[in-house]
Amino acid sequence: MSDGDPVADARQVRYDQARYVDDGQYEPLLSEKDRTRVEIGDESPLPDDLTRDELELPALSEPELARHYTRLSQMIYGIDSGPYPLGSCTMKYNPKFTEDVAALPGASVHPDRSAASVQGTLELLSRLQDYLGRIGGMDAVTLQPPAGAAGEFVGIRVAAAYHEHNGEDHRDEVIVPESAHGTNFASAALGGYDVVSLPSDDEGRVDLEALDAALSEHTAALMLTNPNTLGLFERDIEEIADMVHDVGGLLYYDGANLNALLGRARPGDMGFDVMHYNVHKTFATPHGGGGPGAGPVGVVDELAPFLPAPRVRAAEDGTRAEDRNSDGDSDSAGAGEQRYELFDPEHTIGKVHGFQGNWLVLVKAFAYIARLGDEGLADASAKAVLNANYLASQIEFGVPYGPFHHEFVASAGERDAADVAKRMLDYGVHPPTTKWPEIVPEALMTEPTEVESKDTLDRLAAAFNAVAREDDETLADAPERTTARRIDQTSAARSPRLSWHELDD
Amino acid sequence: MNGAETRASGSPYAPHTADERDAMLEAVEADSIAELFDIPDAIRFTDEFGIDARSERETRRLVRSILGRNENLTELLGRGHYGYYVPSLVDHLADRSEFLTSYTQYQPEISQGFLQALFEYQSLLVELTGLEIANCSMYDAATALGEAATLADRVRETSGHRVLVPDLLRKERRGTLENYVAGTDLIVESYPTADGAIDADELAAAVDEDVVMLYAENPTVRGTIEERLDAASELATDADALFVLGSDPVALSLLQRPADAGADVVIGDASVLGLPTSYGMGLGLFACREDYLRQVPGRLVGVSEDATDRRAFTLTLQTREQHIRRERATSNICTNQAWVALRTAMHAAALGPDGLVDLAKRGVTRAETLAERLDDLVGVTAPVHDRHHIREFVAHVDQPAPAIAEDLERRGFAVHVVGEHEVQCCVAGVPDTELDAFVAAFSEVVR
Repeated sequence: MSDGDPVADARQVRYDQARYVDDGQYEPLLSEKDRTRVEIGDESPLPDDLTRDELELPALSEPELARHYTRLSQMIYGIDSGPYPLGSCTMKYNPKFTEDVAALPGASVHPDRSAASVQGTLELLSRLQDYLGRIGGMDAVTLQPPAGAAGEFVGIRVAAAYHEHNGEDHRDEVIVPESAHGTNFASAALGGYDVVSLPSDDEGRVDLEALDAALSEHTAALMLTNPNTLGLFERDIEEIADMVHDVGGLLYYDGANLNALLGRARPGDMGFDVMHYNVHKTFATPHGGGGPGAGPVGVVDELAPFLPAPRVRAAEDGTRAEDRNSDGDSDSAGAGEQRYELFDPEHTIGKVHGFQGNWLVLVKAFAYIARLGDEGLADASAKAVLNANYLASQIEFGVPYGPFHHEFVASAGERDAADVAKRMLDYGVHPPTTKWPEIVPEALMTEPTEVESKDTLDRLAAAFNAVAREDDETLADAPERTTARRIDQTSAARSPRLSWHELDD
Repeated sequence: MNGAETRASGSPYAPHTADERDAMLEAVEADSIAELFDIPDAIRFTDEFGIDARSERETRRLVRSILGRNENLTELLGRGHYGYYVPSLVDHLADRSEFLTSYTQYQPEISQGFLQALFEYQSLLVELTGLEIANCSMYDAATALGEAATLADRVRETSGHRVLVPDLLRKERRGTLENYVAGTDLIVESYPTADGAIDADELAAAVDEDVVMLYAENPTVRGTIEERLDAASELATDADALFVLGSDPVALSLLQRPADAGADVVIGDASVLGLPTSYGMGLGLFACREDYLRQVPGRLVGVSEDATDRRAFTLTLQTREQHIRRERATSNICTNQAWVALRTAMHAAALGPDGLVDLAKRGVTRAETLAERLDDLVGVTAPVHDRHHIREFVAHVDQPAPAIAEDLERRGFAVHVVGEHEVQCCVAGVPDTELDAFVAAFSEVVR
């Protein structure tokens, strides 16, 4: 890198991830630290034939376990480790205090409690429904779906129930843009629909002619992300909504990219009928190494009777005490005297989770929204879009489609995007999402979010640019400073070893 | 700076100074941030949400005041969601921010720690179920049951379409299952149980070659332990149907291994370990026989080697998943419950095999003891079912059950009402002293 840009080089971070090497492998498994077999037979309070014979698991002391998990945590890169511009995943900082509110004793209640004894839980859910409705421009919200894909599935089921209710069960197709999230296709298929894939136009947006050709009396819904996965706003969204509605279809909003629009535009105002929110993206609840998230669904009035059961609402016979603040703004009030109740919507699709979804995640999302308020939410989208634009302007990889918003898709060009990503790991940053969407060759889908400073973005850009200037061999050998070196994916899939039992000789 | 005690004028988590913002705008050749938004005027949002910004301290106070409205009751509640004590070790280590703030391990080289923890979680479930494969999470037991049914639809060898579930099944769990199969030609039907468990003759009458999946739970939602899983398994096998068993890691530490009972798939809520009572938030356990490897829903962590030939972990067999297979994926799941799985593995490790077996045994003996004590009260018969129980049981009360439950609630105790004259009580996580107080309250209520 001696021939590189000296300014950029100076900004490069040297990074070595923790690595414990023990007898030719990394940190041993719990089962390699201890395996203790407990014979159960005679000691069981149950008859022999109802009892298992034995259980063999590690028996380790608390200090040993504390070290085990601390070491494992050191072999993970999280948002608190450095920038995490994983496109489409909105890896923004997770405020620490939200963990504290989720850990409040009052949050620890059983779902089968009487409504009268969990008014606090119902109030929080009701307030969060209200917040989300305002943010998305939706009339009614369910908080039950436990993830974005679960929200999509709810949207699909709601659409199906709506069409069936109207005697239109001949609608058997859901249209999904080619560049959409994989979950859109899978959720529509899980709902029993034929998926009609829609190509993009030359500028990376919905091709109106292709849409016109795809729409018919068979159309149940069009699923759309806006801005789309290239970060582009679908400028023709009003016309798209009219086209879908004209054939009797519904317009579904995939909320994955909502962070770009907070306080700037609302799906409800664009003509969307149903949407999901990814609270682990837009509202900063921790991603937890893959989850839990939550995927609340908002709908327009006409679809509200079909939402999952039960929903929460203010009880009509309740009386609300005087709001505690002088200006009468109800949002400023603390917990009130209003009574809340659960109810089943008239034509409900029923249950999509055994209880009420990922409650603790919803508590964190509520706290985040209540902390930021109008100004904070609008500032989040402003800074997210500014950051994406700035970062794109500082990297040497081309960005074929624009103007983009909170994320952009760069092209690694002649380089292998996966190799670029592996090498970026050596510079102490998490790489972008790679090789998707496929409309951009060797895609590097990059979403820095609002939480990065200019300085961090400069370091991130320096990592992109350093890698851009390195030779193919270096990239192919990367990473070299992470806990593990390049991992053989083929070997993992060819001979699946999915538990420590499979490692016994 | 935007401190925790002040209300921010923008996002308190966006660190830009005005100078930095201006420098960045200059770099992108824009005069204002607004200019970067390519949104047609007609649909720009110019109004306000009406949500006030708060300081961190104010927000904490707000949530505390809202949740403070929840009454502090001793919960003798179970029926699929349990409140076992979770050791501090779990909270403190799971809250390490590398665990909490990372995402799916798309870059395994930099995510070995989480992958190893999930591999250990999978291994725990393989040990408990005796089945060869466990994925590293579905959302909860209900959605895992739904996924089991779509698996049955994919792998079946018959042209049938019936999914049989016990008549005792929680209606929420059944409702979720019905939504999952709504896009298939499967239909969900109940088979009758007798005295809180499978009746082999009734079940035999319900099963025919049209059945593609037979579901049973052990323990049942009423806390009874199944004695005729062998019959269920045989009937399923004869019908070429998938035998799916619902359970959880605590019960599995003591009860007959599902593999020995002939189960093809095990589902359930694994967060009985790892999560305290959380208003139903869970962790979908999903384990199955090796034969269904290519049809498993959700994420799988496997072993591989890195460029130095050292053992390394990675997500594997991803061609089953939605981001690659799209509408032909085995499931639409993406974001899952990985962090809860981490917590479950930690809790199990903290208990160790002796601790797990002991916890399960105490679930049997303590439920039995509490039932006996309630049975001694006038106007109460417990347990209703002449079966072995774990954790919970149903009691008959001569007075109307809702009135009993309301009276108990006034005295600080929550129980389930499961029939006009039936309440259900669960001992999991309830200390002995509180059980004593509960019995005392119950005796007052039925007096």
